[in-house]
Amino acid sequence: MSGGTLYDQVWERHRVTTLPNGQDQLCVGLHLVHEVTSPQAFSMLDERDLEVAFPDRTFATTDHIVPTTTDGRDRPLADDQAEEMLSALEENVDESGITFFGLDSDRQGITHVVAPELGLTQPGMTVACGDSHTATHGAFGAIGVGVGTSQIRDIFATGCIAAEKQQVRRIQVEGSLGDGVYAKDVILQIIRQLGVDGGVGHVYEYGGPAIRELDMEGRLAICNMSIEGGARAGYVNPDETTYEYLRGREYVPEGEEFEELKAYWESIKSDEDAEYDDVVTVDVDDLDPLVTWGINPGQVVELSDPVPAPGSFETETEQDAACRALDHMNLEPGDSMLGYDVDVAFLGTCTNGRVSDFRQAAAVLAGHTVADDVRALAVPGSETVRRTCEQEGIDEVFGEAGFEWRRAGCSMCLAMNDDSLVGDEVCASSSNRNFVGRQGSKEGRTVLMSPATVAAAAIEGEVADCRRFLDDSPAHTAAEDVSEVAD
Amino acid sequence: MDDPRITEVAGSGVPIYGDDVDTDRILPARFLKETTFENMADYLFYDARRDEDGFNDHPLNRFPDAEIAVVNENFGCGSSREHAPQAMLRWGIDGVVGESFAEIFADNCKSLGVPTATADAETVEDLQAWIEANPDGEIPIDVEAETVTYGGETVAVDIDDATREALVDGIWDTTALMRANVNRVAETAASLPYVD
Repeated sequence: MSGGTLYDQVWERHRVTTLPNGQDQLCVGLHLVHEVTSPQAFSMLDERDLEVAFPDRTFATTDHIVPTTTDGRDRPLADDQAEEMLSALEENVDESGITFFGLDSDRQGITHVVAPELGLTQPGMTVACGDSHTATHGAFGAIGVGVGTSQIRDIFATGCIAAEKQQVRRIQVEGSLGDGVYAKDVILQIIRQLGVDGGVGHVYEYGGPAIRELDMEGRLAICNMSIEGGARAGYVNPDETTYEYLRGREYVPEGEEFEELKAYWESIKSDEDAEYDDVVTVDVDDLDPLVTWGINPGQVVELSDPVPAPGSFETETEQDAACRALDHMNLEPGDSMLGYDVDVAFLGTCTNGRVSDFRQAAAVLAGHTVADDVRALAVPGSETVRRTCEQEGIDEVFGEAGFEWRRAGCSMCLAMNDDSLVGDEVCASSSNRNFVGRQGSKEGRTVLMSPATVAAAAIEGEVADCRRFLDDSPAHTAAEDVSEVAD
Repeated sequence: MDDPRITEVAGSGVPIYGDDVDTDRILPARFLKETTFENMADYLFYDARRDEDGFNDHPLNRFPDAEIAVVNENFGCGSSREHAPQAMLRWGIDGVVGESFAEIFADNCKSLGVPTATADAETVEDLQAWIEANPDGEIPIDVEAETVTYGGETVAVDIDDATREALVDGIWDTTALMRANVNRVAETAASLPYVD
């Protein structure tokens, strides 16, 4: 008999009972907490005279509001509100006995970067966090869901969430990625193809040869943006890549215990004859690097294609959305995104703030400098990422190119700290949302892209093809010749 | 709250137009830096409601007494911030009718006892147009019967089963519901290989 999908199996393992309202009560195996969405939940607990039920399964970090300059991290923080949020979290975790990777911890960073790299996230788990990008953890074959503050209260009080099972859509990614094309390009293509609300009611299972070939950090980037496609969760079935990534990490047991856990991980996977509610195939064989041209993450073009005309969209509302997007971005149909002026380059976030992201960008940056009029920020997703990059000398590549090399946090993804767009600045960004106002200025403009493409944009001062800067790319030699002439 | 049962919400409407209205627009991130939800109503659609000269003609400015919001597709997409529905509730919105809702947003509404009802595009657009013509018109959402009434006409809407039962039976406080099963939680947790 088929055990069904990984989603079915994880659900059954964690299901406590069915509630009178028809929802299932599910155990949360890992609860991640940060400063912005938790204080109200702790207050709600206090009001009801309740305590955190499973402090051992709960881990906290601070990411959204933290300054990313070393000086800026001195306490008290210059921003009174940020200081109050951080102090509240410090008090709350202290009272509750929750492990906290605070501002003085060498493991501090973005929840969705920290938990995977420490081995807290493991296959076959349920993971919840008061943050929509909790889908990230699905890269391990876990089910990660973003929850609101009242649901954080539920988890604190009971170790559980009330949830309804969703449909599973298999996204079969065929082909293999060319040079200069990355996991970020794949997920942008998926969202372009299925729409920003295509995933509502669904969990996405990503599979196929192009997903198998990705390392864990690539898979994390893909699962991370499931929510941008409307899917609350997305996952990849675990394999040797997953297990080898986990081996030796801080919160992963060693020796015999590792083997026992691995046997559990191996036992929770979609069966070959699992039935899906829907199967969609995405072919990435000839995919070019992609960037967004609009104000939602589904408004995407390959760099070789022009910005579409509103009339090319089927529905009137899509056409209206395209008009609003063109207006905000100051673009005309038929324009190329190649050459679109960029004022800021931002590299980091829970989507693309991991070591491999900085390596890929460094490969582009090496031997080049950031254009004079571009402000360039490199913000590691965690202090662990920062240290690893520094050990590899990557920080020097960024520094020599003219990037500011910062401390870990969410930073300019949503500008809850000092890192913000000003006026109608254009940001080449490795983040996940290009919504109006997202990066701190209501006139600000965001162009989402891969880390390597951010690096290329930083060098050129405009949206550019990263393949021109890559050693292995056939376009490289020609580009070098041109730049020599230009010099 | 004495009686948690919510069988009907009613009031005048506000049409909030557009697909994919995201939570950054509903509640810009810079206003999340408060440790309570108390002031959130002040920040609802903060940037969208203002231009250089002050308040613009955003629907929330034109329909300041509304209690029922009528929205289009994928409303509330983006972040999980409960601040967004908290702001709407505290501003005065008791129920939302729309073509579709982002899931976390709908879950958050349920946690707050705010019904989210879905209807097809034509119904929603008719209702939005009716509100423009009848700014003080009463729009009852019957949660149990899954209907919305306006201008003497009653139309069917969908309210998902769990939300409807939770609201009608007054069991939308999931903390209380789940705490009743505390022993079974311990059993399930103990059966998980990764829990010590």
